[in-house]
Amino acid sequence: MATIQPHRVRPGRGVELALLVPALLLGLAAYALTGLGVTGELPGNVVGYGVGMAALALGLHVVLRWRAPYADPVILPVAIALNGIGLAMIYRVDLGMVARGREQDFATRQLGWTTVALLLAAGVLVVLRDHRTLRRYTYTAMVVGLLLIVLPLIPGLGAEINGARIWIRFAGFSLQPAEIGKLVLAVFFAGYLVTNRDTLALAGPKVLGLQLPRIRDLGPLVLAWAVSISVLVLERDLGTSLLFFGLFVAMLYLATERTSWVVIGLGLFLGGAVLAATTFGHVAARFDVWLNALDPEIYNRAPGGSGQLVGGLFGLAGGGLFGTGWGKGRPDLVPYAESDFIVASLGEELGLTGLLAILLCYLVLAERGLRTAIGVRDGFGKLLAGGLAFVVAFQCFIVVGGITRIIPLTGLTTPFLAYGGSSLLANWIIVALLLRISDDARRPAPDLVLGPPPGTTTAPLPVRTPGSSRAGAPRREGEPEPSADPTERIAGPGGVR
Amino acid sequence: MNTPLRRLATVVVGMFVVLMGGATWVQFVQADKLNNDGRNVRTLYREFGRARGPIVVAGEAIASSAPVDDAFKYQRSYANGELYAPVTGFYSIVHRGTMLEQAENDVLNGQADSLFLSRLQDLITGKQPQGSSIELTINPAAQQAAWDALGDQRGAVVALDPSTGAILALVSKPSFDPNQLATHDSAAANAAYQALLAAEGNPLENKAIQGPTYPPGSTFKLITAAAALESGRATPESVLTAPDELALPQTSATVKNYGGSSCGSGGQTTLADALRVSCNTAFAQLGLDLGADALREQADKFGFDNDEQYVPMKVAPSRFPDEVNAPNTAFSALGQYSVTATPLEMAMVSAAIANEGELMEPYLVQTVRTADLDVVREADPSRMSQAVSPTTAAALRDMMVGVVENGSGKAAQISGVQVAGKTGTAQTGREDESPHAWFTSFAPADAPRVAVAVVVENGGAVGNEATGGKVAAPVAKAVIEAVLGQ
Repeated sequence: MATIQPHRVRPGRGVELALLVPALLLGLAAYALTGLGVTGELPGNVVGYGVGMAALALGLHVVLRWRAPYADPVILPVAIALNGIGLAMIYRVDLGMVARGREQDFATRQLGWTTVALLLAAGVLVVLRDHRTLRRYTYTAMVVGLLLIVLPLIPGLGAEINGARIWIRFAGFSLQPAEIGKLVLAVFFAGYLVTNRDTLALAGPKVLGLQLPRIRDLGPLVLAWAVSISVLVLERDLGTSLLFFGLFVAMLYLATERTSWVVIGLGLFLGGAVLAATTFGHVAARFDVWLNALDPEIYNRAPGGSGQLVGGLFGLAGGGLFGTGWGKGRPDLVPYAESDFIVASLGEELGLTGLLAILLCYLVLAERGLRTAIGVRDGFGKLLAGGLAFVVAFQCFIVVGGITRIIPLTGLTTPFLAYGGSSLLANWIIVALLLRISDDARRPAPDLVLGPPPGTTTAPLPVRTPGSSRAGAPRREGEPEPSADPTERIAGPGGVR
Repeated sequence: MNTPLRRLATVVVGMFVVLMGGATWVQFVQADKLNNDGRNVRTLYREFGRARGPIVVAGEAIASSAPVDDAFKYQRSYANGELYAPVTGFYSIVHRGTMLEQAENDVLNGQADSLFLSRLQDLITGKQPQGSSIELTINPAAQQAAWDALGDQRGAVVALDPSTGAILALVSKPSFDPNQLATHDSAAANAAYQALLAAEGNPLENKAIQGPTYPPGSTFKLITAAAALESGRATPESVLTAPDELALPQTSATVKNYGGSSCGSGGQTTLADALRVSCNTAFAQLGLDLGADALREQADKFGFDNDEQYVPMKVAPSRFPDEVNAPNTAFSALGQYSVTATPLEMAMVSAAIANEGELMEPYLVQTVRTADLDVVREADPSRMSQAVSPTTAAALRDMMVGVVENGSGKAAQISGVQVAGKTGTAQTGREDESPHAWFTSFAPADAPRVAVAVVVENGGAVGNEATGGKVAAPVAKAVIEAVLGQ
């Protein structure tokens, strides 16, 4: 066996700070250029905005230094950059609407939500010292998650906007509970699956090379399918339904490593979707619009025409390769240019080049999350980080895929970019959780002391062995212990920290 | 759990590759189609928001854009709008564009593929993108002369440089003022447009290249004569049968000469004399002898039946009918029956004869320049066809000189300049309408510098008494003088 050289793990806070500066400048420059592009003047609050945003981001950076010094240094800057770009575009659409004589000030509200979301993320990092604590709330999460999903169906509380019943109105605020729901359900799935993974993975017959699960183990999967389909049917929300189901199937696959689950899951969903498309007019209309968007008959159909989708495509096409530049396009011509269609707005003003850069930011974020999942040692953490990273990527796929006509258009928000409080809060909590888990993943094993401690003169201290089998082989950063029982570590080295 | 995590990471990469592909598909592959979609108002806003390039004639802008303080940012205006309307067309927020404004739109608005480098430069230097300017081949003196000479008559004039195909004048009357349509007040633009649609003489029609194509009448005899000479069966001195009245086969119809006169003596005349006095019976018999196919073949060599001609506006094809029986062949040889032609086409016939039988591609745009005056495109005269052999061309030229010196086209005589021409008086096929008066010509006959075709609808000011020689020839003369006088 080769000798593994122990090496010092860099906490990465310096790198994070170095990345935060350009990330902040990106958002600030975009904001300033928007003002210059539309009105020819800098936005009045550009200094306040810049200072405030920097204070929030650097504040979160300081919290990380204090509470999670080994957290992944790339996640926070990427999220800040996306948030800043989103704010600038929301401000740009505001200006566009004002120029057309309609008062609109979503940017200020989004700035408020950004502040709340970043404070909340800091709060999560301060309060939640160890992500494994969340596992205790597995079934609470299930109840809360399901409740959040059905909340919009409650008469008087739920509100139907643009044909989808995914909003609740409460004390003057409207929220999309599904945004928080995805996060809560990820906690439930992680807790449930880490406990039941063996039964799900190993029991059952093998047919055509697929390891099939036992009928009784299919229960939760069928339940998830039923809930997703009822979201689709009752709330008319194809996107949320697809998001939840995709999340569940992905996490099930992570837990069981059984391709059969993916095949069954996709089969069930496609079956349900086809059934819904043939049974329900509004779903069928979405498919029509998707397949024949440019058809004049579909375009002019009211309600349920493809005008909005085609408007977004026109915007994207208008941007071309290099975009019109901040403030120089007409994103305000597309309905919901600051929320559901913000990707089309960005595609118009930043061009294909800018859009690809934004997609790469998401990809980096998701892959950093998945890297965290690979690095962390406990099964719950792996599932949670993997699920959260996937849900961000998958939501992007559904939204951007809908706007670029890869899949039918649905009404989901683009994480960090789109206008909307619930979305911003949920996604910043996801960032906080990923940072928390990555801190655990990247923290060097405490059982190895490198070099002599100050004051000693002789040989290095003997390696401490906390009773596990890994005593002699120092673990490389991120390299998991194949035999490590996830539950063991709660009482194990974690206590030594 | 790391293996499925790695696979999931691959799936995530795959999802983003698909998204990037989708974005590229929309923003790059499909972008042109989407940008040109009629439902895309963005295109309109963007086009109007850009400094559109000017259209220039001899150093003066006849169409230009100036910044204004409204949603469309630039106002298009036309200097001497009526005179140049058949060339520039108009550019309107309501009705888009016509003529050059439409045909060269992507150059004028700076979005042509050929301007990619200059756009890239603007992108890097941050300069406001500007459309390119278009310099025309139009000779302003010739254009003005044609306009003045036509006066209040309905009709069109086209003048060409026979050796290159450059269009020196292109006039259509009645005309309109494109400024009325270019206004940003869409209600006013719409009202002006509707008024023009309803107006007498259809001013929006470009009678020189697109309008109703006219029966070319006796000017078509040039083509019949060319076919006869090319076939080798005739020379200018060949003696043709020329009765006062020619009975047509398979029918009781007859062909008579204009005004019932006789040509030649004893029912015979030479080809040259037949052309000189525009003898109908002689040419009808010649047409019958040659056959419809020979006539069509010769007409096509001169540019008839060309469905893909652009100058760069699309030119309405001139026609020689597909299926012609014997009696109609006789009428076709006289430029009647279903034979139709644009004034541009008849100018091309003269130009080809002037250019030793070589027909040049007509064009209107001489140079395209970016806002930085870099030349993007320069006209490159190209040959369309060899319409007739140089020998035939020389024979036709001498015969056409005869027409002006001592025949039906005396009104085109210019002292000191030998003019070659051919008159035409075309029946419209309607009893209550006066015939169209035609004249096609070139000069000087020995070293041609300009070829001109004129059509005056329904005899113009003279009405029923009109002939091509009386009404159209003086207009051509004025244009020739304007070109040669410089």
